[in-house]
Parts: sequence; structure tokens; C-alpha cells
Amino acid sequence: MESSYLLRLAKDRIFFALIVFFASLTILPLLFILFYILKNGLTVISWRFLTTLPKPAGEPGGGISNAIVGTALLVLTAGLLSIPFGILVGIYLSENPNGLMARWVRVSNRILQGVPSIVAGIIAYVWIVKTSGGFSVFSGGIALGMLMIPIVVQSTEETLKLVPGALKEASLALGASYTSTILKVIVPTGLSGIVTGILLGVSRVIGETAPLLFTVFGNPFMSYRLFKPANALPLLIFNYALSPYHSWQDLAWGASVVLIGLVMTLNLISKFLVAKWKVRS
Amino acid sequence: MKTDSLFRFILFLSGALLLVLLGAVFLTLFFSSIPSIKSFGFLFVFGKDWNPISKEFGALPFLIGTFLTSTAALLFSLPFSLAISILLGEYLSNPFFSAVFKSVIELLAGIPSVIYGFWGLFVLVPVVRWLELKIHVLPYGVGIFTASLVLSIMIIPYSAFLAIEILKLVPPEIKEAAYSLGATRYEVVKKVALPYSYSGIFGGILLAYGRALGETMAVTMVIGNSDFLPKSLFSPGNTIASVIANEFTEAAGRLHLSSLIELGLILFVLTAVTNILGDLIVKKMSFQES
Amino acid sequence: MESPILEIKNLSASFSGSLILKNITLSFPRNKLTAIMGPSGCGKTTLVRCINRMHELVPSATVSGSVLLNGEDIYHLNPIQVRRKIGMVFQRPNPFPTMSIYDNVIAGYKLTGIKLSKQEKDRIVEESLRKAALWDEVKDCLHQKGTFLSGGQQQRLCIARALEMDPEVLLLDEPTSAIDPRAIQKIEELIVELKKTVTIIIVTHNIAQAARVSDYAVFLYLGELVEFDQTEKLFTVPKDKRTEEYLSGKFG
Repeated sequence: MESSYLLRLAKDRIFFALIVFFASLTILPLLFILFYILKNGLTVISWRFLTTLPKPAGEPGGGISNAIVGTALLVLTAGLLSIPFGILVGIYLSENPNGLMARWVRVSNRILQGVPSIVAGIIAYVWIVKTSGGFSVFSGGIALGMLMIPIVVQSTEETLKLVPGALKEASLALGASYTSTILKVIVPTGLSGIVTGILLGVSRVIGETAPLLFTVFGNPFMSYRLFKPANALPLLIFNYALSPYHSWQDLAWGASVVLIGLVMTLNLISKFLVAKWKVRS
Repeated sequence: MKTDSLFRFILFLSGALLLVLLGAVFLTLFFSSIPSIKSFGFLFVFGKDWNPISKEFGALPFLIGTFLTSTAALLFSLPFSLAISILLGEYLSNPFFSAVFKSVIELLAGIPSVIYGFWGLFVLVPVVRWLELKIHVLPYGVGIFTASLVLSIMIIPYSAFLAIEILKLVPPEIKEAAYSLGATRYEVVKKVALPYSYSGIFGGILLAYGRALGETMAVTMVIGNSDFLPKSLFSPGNTIASVIANEFTEAAGRLHLSSLIELGLILFVLTAVTNILGDLIVKKMSFQES
Repeated sequence: MESPILEIKNLSASFSGSLILKNITLSFPRNKLTAIMGPSGCGKTTLVRCINRMHELVPSATVSGSVLLNGEDIYHLNPIQVRRKIGMVFQRPNPFPTMSIYDNVIAGYKLTGIKLSKQEKDRIVEESLRKAALWDEVKDCLHQKGTFLSGGQQQRLCIARALEMDPEVLLLDEPTSAIDPRAIQKIEELIVELKKTVTIIIVTHNIAQAARVSDYAVFLYLGELVEFDQTEKLFTVPKDKRTEEYLSGKFG
């Protein structure tokens, strides 16, 4: 009896130690990755780095301005395509929680959420690149937008579901029409939740590379045009990381720091919004 | 009232459009695959050779590459994600430490795939090469093993997050009952919490697997890009996603491109089925609770 | 008088800084049934959860003072030892959903890794289920899941599960509050029967129930011990005005 009791306590301790060990071990790769990237990337970053074009292979210096512009254009296109549509679908789902059609829409959205990003690239290639005759920012925006839609839909639906039903009834009872109740009462109440979802969507697609490979393609020069190939941060990292030139690899490290910085900032803002929103409701 | 019915119609239309979108994705993949499907039929899946010059396209090397990489990655990551979820769910009462672990998960999830690949290429590949020299296999450095290492780090946050949600579904009353009978924490986790969540954890594993199957960039950068059947865990290879990423823009001719798109179709169906199954199993568990 | 089985001395307990129990001192007589009464939020549940050290499972919970079981301070033992000597039944029936009825009864042994022979298991299962007055109802479906039983049956299964390790004290935390009224009587009869062999402490918000089943009664109010006496005395000649008001239904 006594020995089995001690054995049980020992097992309990060992188990706890193992759990702590394995859980703590996951911190290591994070530290390694962040440390390595910051070590190589921070020294590269400067105002010139952010505002000049990449130099030809082998020449030191140069910047990533075209990639920053390209990524901004991509996010803008993806956002314009996915945000209004995603919000409308989200409203539809929260307004029809149990309909047969809504159920199918929900399942479809879930499948879209799982679509591998490279597949989104293929689709944008077949739809846009092949028919318009060339690589373009627009086709990349379509691919990224397709990845963003399910995120916006889901966060909109979940946020709006939390809006108390009494609010809707109160508005309708005051004689407001269904349309203005939804657009002026329900959506504004859930706005910060919807915005959070949009930010998370952007932070998810901003680092996507696979769908850009055969849509945006890459471009060493500056381009503001929607129907021409451009550069983008993740694309630049991919191309230059695999290049044999140190100066290009340096650009890739610097761009990695910028990209991680952007993603973390978006996540921080959305976290802040979530916290603020929780207090209010 | 007229605007109301118009608004309702617009909402309905948006929902319908989402269905159309999904259908269009599937049909696009399917129709673009037709040349390849016509040439190879079902044998596409079993073909061992992938040779753009002789126009011979078989998907087996990539199916096996995908299966090996994802399975190994999942196995590597499982102890870590389970440990995090058990630690957060059952042990940590200190809000500081749970915040630390949660931030670690979120930060890991926030790093873009291409940066994992970049880091893997410069840090992990030399380490694996050294390891391969030690155990006397060909020191490629890159290969399926390296890809699954990077992939396992990448899916830890996702699977840990799922496991946390699943363990949350275990009713606190039955854990209390076990404690009241004199069980230790270890015994409660092993004999009450985990048995209760087995089905949910299995669903979560499927979902994490679905995520791993489609991961492209990091894998592409460290897997070695070989179109031959992998001979071992250490040989270079390709996954479905990585071969598409590598060859799509340089596809030599219609049949090559169509075969790559058929690979995309296979990947799409695989992830969709895995995700739906995973969802169903996890959902079944949350219903069982109430 | 026989020495008390359980003595509580200067017990205080809190949750995240707010004091739930204030300096309670109390002795529970052996093989008697003591009811703990009081309006909701008075600390009844916390008090019993301090007796088997379940209170401290909640993060941010603190305890001070001592609880002596047969003269030994349970706060000097490991909680897992304490909980085997002091069994507990909860408000809501909570059989293990992954286990059969049979396994639920011997869950204490299964969880703590004690190996039993088939005959021992069979004997313990039958004995405990008989004690819990459930044997006749479930003897033909012992290997089905316990969650298919009715609420009252589930609760008796939980009582059987708490009895199987031969605890010295059995804590019942409002055991009938989530049960169909028709099933309550059966459980009360069972409790009265059980007190012949085990000391029972029952938390109840039901004054009539306390009057029906208990030998001694405790009245707690806002975390303070107001009165402790034989049930008959406490109900007929309460010493404290607050007890009198509570018994006459003034606190709801």
C-alpha cells in the first residue's frame, strides 16, 4: 500500500516533468527562428532599404521598395474582393442559422478554408493569367482574396451571432426596416469583431507565397499597375533566399524582418480590439 | 419593404455565390485536368515515373512524399502539442505562464511559411547534413526528413490550439469525481480526460493532417525537389504541393501543366475530405458533452 | 461522549481574495449524519470541499486552519490520501461517461491503479451497489454505460462509487438538488440507512430534508458558523435569532 502510494506520486511527478519539458521545448524553435532572422535582418534594415529598388545580382546594397508596394497592392485587391462579399455571406449565415442552404454554405466555407494556398494559385492562374495573357497583381489578388473570404465569413458570422437578439427586436419594434436594422444596428455592434477577422485574414494572406508564384510572378522593377507582374515581400524572400548571392540573401533577411513585423503588428492590433470589445459587451 | 426584400435577396445571393465559388474551384481543377486524366486514367495515381521529357506523368512519388512528410511531421509534433494542451488545461493556474505559452503558440503561428523555409534552409539543413554524416546516410541535408522537421514546428501551434479546445470539452464534474476518489493529476489526465477526448483528439489529428498536406513553401525549400520515388526518410523528394510550386511556371507543354493541375485536384480533394471528417468527429464530441 | 471523527479548527477559506469561510470551528460526531444548512452563497459547499481538500483544486483558492480526521491533520497529508478516506458525492450526478456501470463502481481502484482479482471486483461491485440500493435495478446491465441510467439512479451509482473504497466520512454536496422529486425519497432512505456504517455530512438548502435525515445540524450564514446542535434542538429551540429566521423561511 505505502509503496504503491509512493510509486503513484513519483509517476505523477515524472509526468509533470515530461509535460513541462516538452511544452518548454516548443519555445526553443521560436527563439531560434526569431533570433536568427533578427540577427541577419536587423542590420540590413534602414530607410534606404525600405525606399530603394533591389540591385542586380552580386551588387551590394539595394532595397525592397517594389516588394512593399506590390504587397500593399495585393492586400488591397484581395481585401476589396473578399471583405464586402465575406461580410455579406457572414450576415446571411448569422441571419439563417438553420436553413438547409445555410448549412451547405457553411460546409462550403469550411472546405474553402482548408483549400491549400497553392491550389488557390492554380485557380487564379487558370481564371486570370491564362485568359488575360500574362502574370499580374490582379490574379495574385484573386488568389489571396479566395483565401481571405472564408476567414471574413467565419468571423463575421461568429461575431454577429453574439449580438443579443433583443437588440434586433428593439430596432424592429421602433419601426426600423430589416435592412437598416442589420446595417445600422447589428453590423455596427459587431464591427470590432468583424474588423478583427479582417485583420487576421490580412495577416494570414500577407505572408502567403505559394499562390503568388504563378500569378504575380515577381518583378525586379517598380510597378504600380494592376495588370502587370509585380514583386511582393514573400515572393522576394523566396527568390532571393534561394539565390547564391549574399547581397540578395541579405535583402531576403531584411524583408523577413519587415514581413514578420507586419504580421505581428496586425495580430497585436486585432488582439487589442478583441480585448476592447470584450469589455464593452 | 421593397429594399428589405432586395437586401434579403442580396444576402441570399452572396450565400449562393459562395457555393458557386466552391463548385467553380472544383470544376476548374477538374476540366483543366482532363488532358492528363484522358492520357493516364487511374494509373496516374500509381505511376512511378514523372518525366516531362518523355511525357510520362505518374503521381506516386509525390503522393508518397506527401504522406511521408505529413505523417512524420504529425508524429514529431504530437508530443509537443499534447504537452502544451495538457499543461495549459490541467496544470497551469499561474496566468503569467499560461500567457507565455499562449503567446509562443501565437507567434509560431504568425511566422509565414516562406520564412520557416528560409530558416530551415540556412539552419536546419546543415544540422541535418551533420546528422546524416554521423549515421552514415548520404548527406543531402535537404530531404523528406528535413521537410517534416520544419513542417512539425509549423503545425505545433495549430494542433496545440485544437487540443486545447478539445480538452476544454471534458466536463469539469467528471475530473472532480476522479479527484474525489483520490486520483493524482496524472491519473485524472490519463484515465479520465484523455479517454473522454480520444475521438476529439483523433478529429484534431485529422485537421492538423489536412493542414500539413497542403503546406507548400517551407517544404518546397528544404525537401530537395526530386521527382523519383523516395527510398528512405532521408532521401530528397517532393510533395504534391512542392512539385506544383516548382514546375508550374516552367511546365513543358499542355500535358505537363494538366498533370500538375490534376495533382492540385487530388490535393484539394484530400484536404477537403480530411477537414470534413475531422470537423465531424470533433463536433460529435462536443455534442456528446451536452 | 465518543471522540468526534472530524474536527475543524479555525478554518478560513477564500477564492481570489474574497473570504468565503470565516474562522470555523466545529466537530462532527462519529457515525452520525450532520446536515449543513444555510442560504446560497453562505459557504456550505466550500466547507465540505475543504474537508476533502477539493477546494484547493481551483486556482486562486486559499485555506488556513486545520481539519483533523481521527486526530490527524489532513492538511499534513497528501490530498490523494485524504480523498480516499473521505468520499464525496456531488450536486449533479457525474458518473464517468467512458466507463460501464461496473467500472464506475470500482473507478476508485481503477484510477489509482490498484489491481483486483475478478472475484474481488465482483464482490465489491455487488456489495457497493447493494449498499447504494441499486443492485436489483442494474444487475442485468452492469456492462452498459452508466450515463444511460436515470438521474436518480446515476446519483446512487455515484454514491456506490464513493462507498467502494470504504471511506470513513462521506460528504454529500446537495445530492438531491438536480434529481427528479420522485427519486429523492429513495436517496434519502439510502442515506439514513448508510449512516449506520459511515459518518455522513450532507450539504442541503432544503430545510425539510435536513429535518428528515440528520442527527445534527449546522447553520452557516455569510461564511460564519451561526449554530451547531442536535437537529431536534436546533429546529425546535434555536439559540440564535438568525437561525430562527432562516428556519421560518425569511432568507428564502
